[in-house]
Amino acid sequence: MKHINSIAINGMKKSGNIGCGECQSSCQSACKTSCTVGNQSCKNRDEKVNTVKKPLL
Amino acid sequence: MTHPFGFTYGGKTHYFAFDSESGSLHNVDYVTFLCIKSRLGMPFEGAEAEDFAALDQNEKYEINVELDQLVAEGVLDSPCTVAQKKKRTGEIKALCLHICHDCNLRCRYCFADEGTYRTADKAHMPVEVGLRAVDFLIANSGKRKNLEIDFFGGEPLMNMQTVKAVVEYARSLEASTGKTFSFTMTTNCVLLGEENRKWLNENMYNVVLSIDGRRDIHNAVRKTPNGNDAFDLILNNALEFRKIRGDKSYYVRGTFTAKNLDFCNDVLYLNDCGFDQISMEPVVTDIPDLQIKKEHLPRIFEEYERLAREYIARRKTKDKWFNFFHFMYDLEGGPCVVKRLTGCGSGCEYLAVTPRGDIYPCHQFAERKPYKMGNVLEGTGFDLSVSEIFAGNIVTNKPDCTDCPAKYYCSGGCVANNLNFAGDMNKPYDISCAMMKKRFELSLAIAAIEAAGE
Repeated sequence: MKHINSIAINGMKKSGNIGCGECQSSCQSACKTSCTVGNQSCKNRDEKVNTVKKPLL
Repeated sequence: MTHPFGFTYGGKTHYFAFDSESGSLHNVDYVTFLCIKSRLGMPFEGAEAEDFAALDQNEKYEINVELDQLVAEGVLDSPCTVAQKKKRTGEIKALCLHICHDCNLRCRYCFADEGTYRTADKAHMPVEVGLRAVDFLIANSGKRKNLEIDFFGGEPLMNMQTVKAVVEYARSLEASTGKTFSFTMTTNCVLLGEENRKWLNENMYNVVLSIDGRRDIHNAVRKTPNGNDAFDLILNNALEFRKIRGDKSYYVRGTFTAKNLDFCNDVLYLNDCGFDQISMEPVVTDIPDLQIKKEHLPRIFEEYERLAREYIARRKTKDKWFNFFHFMYDLEGGPCVVKRLTGCGSGCEYLAVTPRGDIYPCHQFAERKPYKMGNVLEGTGFDLSVSEIFAGNIVTNKPDCTDCPAKYYCSGGCVANNLNFAGDMNKPYDISCAMMKKRFELSLAIAAIEAAGE
């Protein structure tokens, strides 16, 4: 496409409809007064979304 | 729902279109950005109307063909296809243990009324209550294997006897029950001496260290009971903990108020001190001189934008690379749809236990008697009728969230804040909501700019 560059496609579908309940509760991370769930990890996929570490540069 | 927005970085404005229902992010050029706004019937700003009117008809046609292709592929203007009426009740996976309703700081904005939760006796949780809370969690966890216990307060380091007993007891039951426990703690760092640092590092999955940033900002609101300055002690303890923590999870977490709307400086100060996992939360309070008000939002948005630019720049370096809690989203994965719809799980899968063993929907509801769900000393049962109140707290049930691009990332906001400030747990607190949307936009822009290697 000339005018559009897609950065990420279908993230909602890729995240799946698992609902196993094994992921970390958002209030056990750093919230406690807000509600941010989008940066939480899926335990089943062994994701580390909210604990990303410093990359080797 | 498609959300077009721009972000200026490196002397250039980058334009994006985010399709919330499919979770697709597109980087678009300026003219396409204008065409999207036109298609959505959104008002133009500044010179946009003039620029759009001047667009060549052939170019408009070409852009609309590209946009129509994305629509046909289901990654733009896509319809809502997710639905869930209520949350599962009766199965718990996480407990917030109020280790004591007492604190060695007197933070002005504390939602727990200086750690006491409006109780007079500043109770510490006896070991027996802590152990029965573990029994309660296991008994109500159903098939869930990964269970969580958060040590909270007040200040939990003031009652380490119970903290240690709970960890030891829960660990002793892992093999026989098939459950695995993750422990977390939120501490103000006053008592985070060498012994506690070592123990927490060995036993906690995540530790949240509360510091508000620069000395004068921190001291203005996080005072000791006698008004003394504990900043050096707190910062030094937190830094020593950071040194031994290695790659294990931790966050240094600050709160900004109306007094430090230049909070980007506090985030950067914490990074300059040596922290690389940082969160900075807007205060939630009705104290007049601290409260975030609508008139503060433009200034706060500017500050988040400044933080985003600094964030991108620092993440290119070796020494100042850091994560900001509210700028981290995985656009290719992340939590499942059910999690995005149901949010924090308060009242259903996430409950809080007070020092006396009383059970509440979450830490923010502690000691609010109409929400009491039982007591862990009276057995492993609890009042499911309270859970039912929270079971319908799903983002698709919140009319105000329908057209919001961030809805699958915040699930409609904190239930307690919604209730306290908007009068309804299903009605988002507009101030928090506006800041969440801004942070979310910036997170998307950061992800795109970093992906492009700019």
